[in-house]
Amino acid sequence: MSTEIVAPAPEARAMDLLRFATAGSVDDGKSTLIGRLLYDTKSLFTDQLAAVEAVSAARGDEYTNLALLTDGLRAEREQGITIDVAYRYFATPRRKFIIADTPGHIQYTRNMVTGASTADLALILVDARKGLVEQSRRHAFLCSLLRVPHLVLCVNKMDLVDWSQEVYERIADEFTAFAAKLDVPDLTVVPVSALRGDNIVTRSDNMPWYEGPSLLHHLERVHIASDRNLVDVRFPVQYVIRPQSTTVTDYRGYAGQVASGVLKPGDEVMVLPSGFTSRIAAVETADGPVPEAFPPMSVTVRLADEIDISRGDLICRPNNAPAVAQDIEAMVCWMDETAPLRVGARYAIKHTTRSARAIVRGLHYRLDINSLHRDESADELRLNEIGRVRLRTTVPLLADEYRRNRTTGGFVIIDEATNRTVGAAMIVEAN
Amino acid sequence: MTTPAAYQVSHLDALEAESIFVMREVVAEMERPVMLFSGGKDSIVMLRLAQKAFAPANVPFPVMHVDTGHNFPEVLEYRDQRVAELGLQLVVASVPEALASGMVRESGDGMRNRIQTPVLLDAVEKHRFDALFGGARRDEEKARAKERVFSFRDEFGQWDPKNQRPELWSLYNGRHHPGESIRVFPLSNWTELDVWHYIARERIPLPSIYYAHEREVIERDGMFYAVNEFFRPRAGEERFKAQVRYRTVGDASCTAAVRSDADTVEKVIEEVAATRITERGATRGDDRVSEAAMEDRKREGYF
Repeated sequence: MSTEIVAPAPEARAMDLLRFATAGSVDDGKSTLIGRLLYDTKSLFTDQLAAVEAVSAARGDEYTNLALLTDGLRAEREQGITIDVAYRYFATPRRKFIIADTPGHIQYTRNMVTGASTADLALILVDARKGLVEQSRRHAFLCSLLRVPHLVLCVNKMDLVDWSQEVYERIADEFTAFAAKLDVPDLTVVPVSALRGDNIVTRSDNMPWYEGPSLLHHLERVHIASDRNLVDVRFPVQYVIRPQSTTVTDYRGYAGQVASGVLKPGDEVMVLPSGFTSRIAAVETADGPVPEAFPPMSVTVRLADEIDISRGDLICRPNNAPAVAQDIEAMVCWMDETAPLRVGARYAIKHTTRSARAIVRGLHYRLDINSLHRDESADELRLNEIGRVRLRTTVPLLADEYRRNRTTGGFVIIDEATNRTVGAAMIVEAN
Repeated sequence: MTTPAAYQVSHLDALEAESIFVMREVVAEMERPVMLFSGGKDSIVMLRLAQKAFAPANVPFPVMHVDTGHNFPEVLEYRDQRVAELGLQLVVASVPEALASGMVRESGDGMRNRIQTPVLLDAVEKHRFDALFGGARRDEEKARAKERVFSFRDEFGQWDPKNQRPELWSLYNGRHHPGESIRVFPLSNWTELDVWHYIARERIPLPSIYYAHEREVIERDGMFYAVNEFFRPRAGEERFKAQVRYRTVGDASCTAAVRSDADTVEKVIEEVAATRITERGATRGDDRVSEAAMEDRKREGYF
């Protein structure tokens, strides 16, 4: 017997969703900060806490090690290291949050790039006693490379510097100056004590000189709606829906997720790579037609004309199209420990819903992410190295610059022999 | 719901859009997908999302139930009803049959959680499934918090947590050699509360045991186990009647109920929002075996 729901179901509150990546090491108090956010928003469960307390006690830790909350794998707990990106969830009445918690040490660039690729915001921690360290600059650089729209610097352990405004301002000024050299559209600096909870959920009484919001207040209110590109219509076709049915006949719909722009019935559109044009007849979901579609909606688009369209094609506007390009310049972050990227090597790539093969035509330089120095003599990229690469693809990519479009501007590189994902690429130029 | 004027979507709409995207990727790129369907709330939500992803066409893959033989009758009935309504093909991977044929042997404690893995893998091989949708969520358990949306499994169905493919943007790598497969978790980013809000919003019927009802139970390790043909009280364990509901639905011999008066979806949402114990911690004897119980099962090929 299944239970029919009789009472009218309430709409879930109209919360939106913010994805953020955290970067820093255990020493910076990152795990304490995450533990604090989860605990203070009642997202940490008592059995989880009890399990962590028990393991901490058994290991002889002097305090409850909140890092154990996110270190889920046996090897991590045994070796006291964090291997991989862990995802954590909490919500307030205003927003649901997804945290991509990236480890500070091992495989740090690969994980940070992965976590930042989907982030609306990145949270970087520094220890107020130590100030900016090499790692803080690397974090900031990677966030700008991945074009994370919002950056928050948490100056942590303020309790250990006597809540000093001077210390805070020195670090904030130094970081702001560094960020100005990068492409960081929005930067907020918050002085906190994660351990004591100062400026995490509520404003701290210990730092009356600080006039900004608490961290959670900022996370709840940072304006992310404008981060979406609503100008350039890009609809990568994912799947063609053609019901084999006696009741629904002659139906042909192009299913996909809107990468950018707004699609409406009646709009003139162009399909790439063919270049054929048509009009949008309808934008549909399983719940019926919708007046318009925008990111990140998953919809089905129907066109007025019968055109041959398949997965990997892209619907755009005739006067605003991406490049149809086989020569690609991209910043590549290499992620494979078994073999480096080499000039002349061939790989598979996945770009939006399109798969292709590519040959590496050139490596312009390898970037030292600490000094931002370009090493033009480099002839390969090893694990966690970043460089500017020229590729030639077997079929054209329908591509935008990554800085303009994170969906049509990014692709992954796959080793055809092992099927592993070995690189992440951000398009700088496509011809 | 969406508010087109501001071009903003709610968190539920964003999660729905992401899950639908994931399912369409699988159907577009993989040859023989199948959806694991237990009749539990997560797989029920997953099936609803599959309907939405391919409408007006039918769900383009079969569903598979790994049947431990320890079922709640309400859940089996729900499964059959749903499968019939949607015109789905149902594959049953049966643990009792595997026991009868000698493929697996009953474990000492009588729990069938571990022995269902070889049965699942056998069905995958027999049907040559190369992609298996599972309803697991990352908020459930800390090993799951680190698993990819597209989770690669070798030819033994094993998960290697140290050797996972980086997953960037919404680019999922499902490439594999023959015999290997991908587990796909479209609900990775949903929480228990999200699932319940979605059930309320979409008015999705559930097996009745998810709502408060009176049942004869015994208390063991702080959990309430229903007395039935699969679960026998030990000496000294007292049977009594209590108002309970199930937060998770698994094997009837190791899934416990919680005390609850929540007999409607609204009350369940209130209860879930206020609870301070995870659903697996509160109800699953199988996860209490060790600190890494889930990770160890996943390495062997578990969901």
